[in-house]
Amino acid sequence: MPEARFRIKRYDPEEDAGSRWEDFTIPYDSSLTVLEGLFYVQEHLDGSLAFRYCCRAAVCGSCAMYINGTYRLACQTNVRHLHGDTVTVEPMPHLPLVKDLVCDMDEFFAKYEYIKPYLIRDSEDPQKEILQSPEDRRKLDGPVDCILCGACYSSCPSVWGEGNYLGPHALYKAYRFEVDSRDEAGRERLPTFDNERGSYRCHTIMNCVEACPKELSPTEGIQWLKGAAVRRRLFGSRK
Amino acid sequence: MIYHELIVVGGGLSGLRAAIEAQRDGVDVAVVSQVWPGRSHSGAAQGGINAALANHPDSADDTWERHAFDTVKGSDYLADQDAVAQMTQDAIPTIYEMERMGCPFSRLDNGRIAQRPFGGAGYPRTCYGADKTGHYLLHTVVEEALRQGVTFYTEWFVSKLVVEDGVCRGVVAYDMTRGGFQGFHAEAVVMATGGAGRTYSNSTNAIISTGGGMALAYHAGAPLKDMEFIQFHPTGLFTTNILMTEGARGEGGYLLNEAGERFMEKYAPEAMELAPRDITARAIQTEINEGRGIGGGGFIHLDLRHLGAERILERLPGIRDLSIHFEGVDPIEGCIPIVPSQHYTMGGIDTDVDGATEVPGLYAAGECACVSVHGANRLGGNSLLETVVFGRRAGAAVAKYVQGLEVRKRGEVATRKAQQEVERSLEKLASAEGSEDAYAIRADMTTAMKDHFGVFREEEVMAEGLDKLLALKHRVANIGLRHAGGVFNLDMIRTLELEGMLDVALTTAAGALARRESRGSHARTDYTTRDDTSWLKHTLAYYEPERPRLKDKEVALGMFEPQERKY
Repeated sequence: MPEARFRIKRYDPEEDAGSRWEDFTIPYDSSLTVLEGLFYVQEHLDGSLAFRYCCRAAVCGSCAMYINGTYRLACQTNVRHLHGDTVTVEPMPHLPLVKDLVCDMDEFFAKYEYIKPYLIRDSEDPQKEILQSPEDRRKLDGPVDCILCGACYSSCPSVWGEGNYLGPHALYKAYRFEVDSRDEAGRERLPTFDNERGSYRCHTIMNCVEACPKELSPTEGIQWLKGAAVRRRLFGSRK
Repeated sequence: MIYHELIVVGGGLSGLRAAIEAQRDGVDVAVVSQVWPGRSHSGAAQGGINAALANHPDSADDTWERHAFDTVKGSDYLADQDAVAQMTQDAIPTIYEMERMGCPFSRLDNGRIAQRPFGGAGYPRTCYGADKTGHYLLHTVVEEALRQGVTFYTEWFVSKLVVEDGVCRGVVAYDMTRGGFQGFHAEAVVMATGGAGRTYSNSTNAIISTGGGMALAYHAGAPLKDMEFIQFHPTGLFTTNILMTEGARGEGGYLLNEAGERFMEKYAPEAMELAPRDITARAIQTEINEGRGIGGGGFIHLDLRHLGAERILERLPGIRDLSIHFEGVDPIEGCIPIVPSQHYTMGGIDTDVDGATEVPGLYAAGECACVSVHGANRLGGNSLLETVVFGRRAGAAVAKYVQGLEVRKRGEVATRKAQQEVERSLEKLASAEGSEDAYAIRADMTTAMKDHFGVFREEEVMAEGLDKLLALKHRVANIGLRHAGGVFNLDMIRTLELEGMLDVALTTAAGALARRESRGSHARTDYTTRDDTSWLKHTLAYYEPERPRLKDKEVALGMFEPQERKY
């Protein structure tokens, strides 16, 4: 039976001072995904292996990891498509660890909550839907597809250098609402990203674009926010 | 010990919609979820959500009554018609409200919410956001819950319900990232944990859809209803069973067999590919069983090529990505290999239209509940609808219940005791010899469900399946656990899931074996027709240690007389 070799970075807070590598050999077939490989290890070789999972269909954002040196969703990564004879699996770098492949995402989500990630309106709502043209709706394609997996945040040198920086995920979410024709946040959301923690800390290194497993472009949204903030300061207009 | 007035177990659409409603009504709500709520399985829903908005040019004269009729007919007349009427009426304001909360629906040229045709529906009634409607709705309610100040306990695994003197008083849960168990003491609990798809080996469902909440309620004395009705989605990807939305056919996709025939002509000449799911899944399975699968094999083709690149990229971008990543096929250029796959649990915790169960203080909503609005077969686009309509209703009802209580904080001692019981039983499990492997039992169970309680069912095959499940239940008594403590202990979580999964699977098996007719998704080769004289009734399953005790419950009729289903 063909085999695959998995090299997994392990860390148990109760036993290990730091991370260590461990190798596992598992049965291989051509449809094997990295997530299935991890489950094989957990069920048959080492029950203590920890990793996040949920939908296994690339929509929930649970299983972003660093696989063979690239940010990937483990469920969406077919072992067949990886180069080399070993599959190297690490937790997303530059984040605190909970255990093995599980990163601590508390700060990541706190920053997301900070930018007021919801529609803010002044006008009275209509009885039915708020109208939106297909053209205005198309502006949301991209930011509404973000699955908050954390890959962009882990990959961003500005986050590494300045822990206070909100990060690409939070700013891209701010963009998702600011660019929505239904949003009337005016100056309410502006202070959350128009500051030293916000959009100006993005130096367009574009690691986030490369890291995103959904092929989205947080950088583009952040540049739009910079422009919007300046326009609003100078002219008071929203968009 | 943690105290909140209301604990909602599960952070998907139903749970969050309930939490938002109760919090708005002034109740202190905490959501306890195994995953960050935005990762819940609701987000995997693709095609859309039904409401008779009459926005689409071809649905100008659509009404909630027509939506109700399609739903009842689709259910093979097993749905409770008063509940269906409630859902289809509530649908309209509920969808508008989701839009005003921020949900990015796709739009018509006039700016209104776009709608598409779906299986078993007389009008284009399914409101959608591309093919990511569940993801958009889920993120919308997560964000609204944050705005409302709902408290979240993210990555906590609930392992027990606290019931004292027959009243639900809280839960016990494992803190996955910090370790240890905690009692959550509350005035009421809403169960919103989704379906039990993972009791089958061939499910479209998320890995966490294990029926955990159903099992907790069932063990606490609430009956499960109509568990024999399992929906097989016509189009799961061949190798992974990942969902390919019905919207692909709603947009005009074809189903083709080896000869390249649109075989649905033989099974549903009018509706063709947009027949309801039970009928379409049986048609596909029949083609495969009779050797007309592709290359004589175990799958058929979903063909979207004639829709053209532009339409596929605009309306079905997620489907295209999944097909490329998981099957290596770009649907713009090739046909997608698909197979019927377990998709939805029509049954669930028996509730009324306000989410109340037989256990005071325990409410349920969404896929883990059974109101019943889906009866023997759910229409596509009605599950997302059920989550937000009945999530909201359960939230409002439970808020009223909590605010009407005269004596409060009664369950503190019981909650502490329950926590100690959980800890003790885990210590016992960890010190047991453990001659049985929990993962081997899980694999045998999911295979048994697929092989013995699939698209087509028969007395002997099912009886054999039931025996297998009962044998597995005895083996579960002999499992051990390598380690009971620590953080993110998947071994412990997945072992704790197993017993509940087996008990839930047994309700499906027992119900299916008992029901000697064919209705909706329950298709028996030995009793091929619907029998309204003997079987126009719900099945209730009550927990007994050995096997479930079954009881009948009346179906609410009144709006539509049962008739033969033709499409």
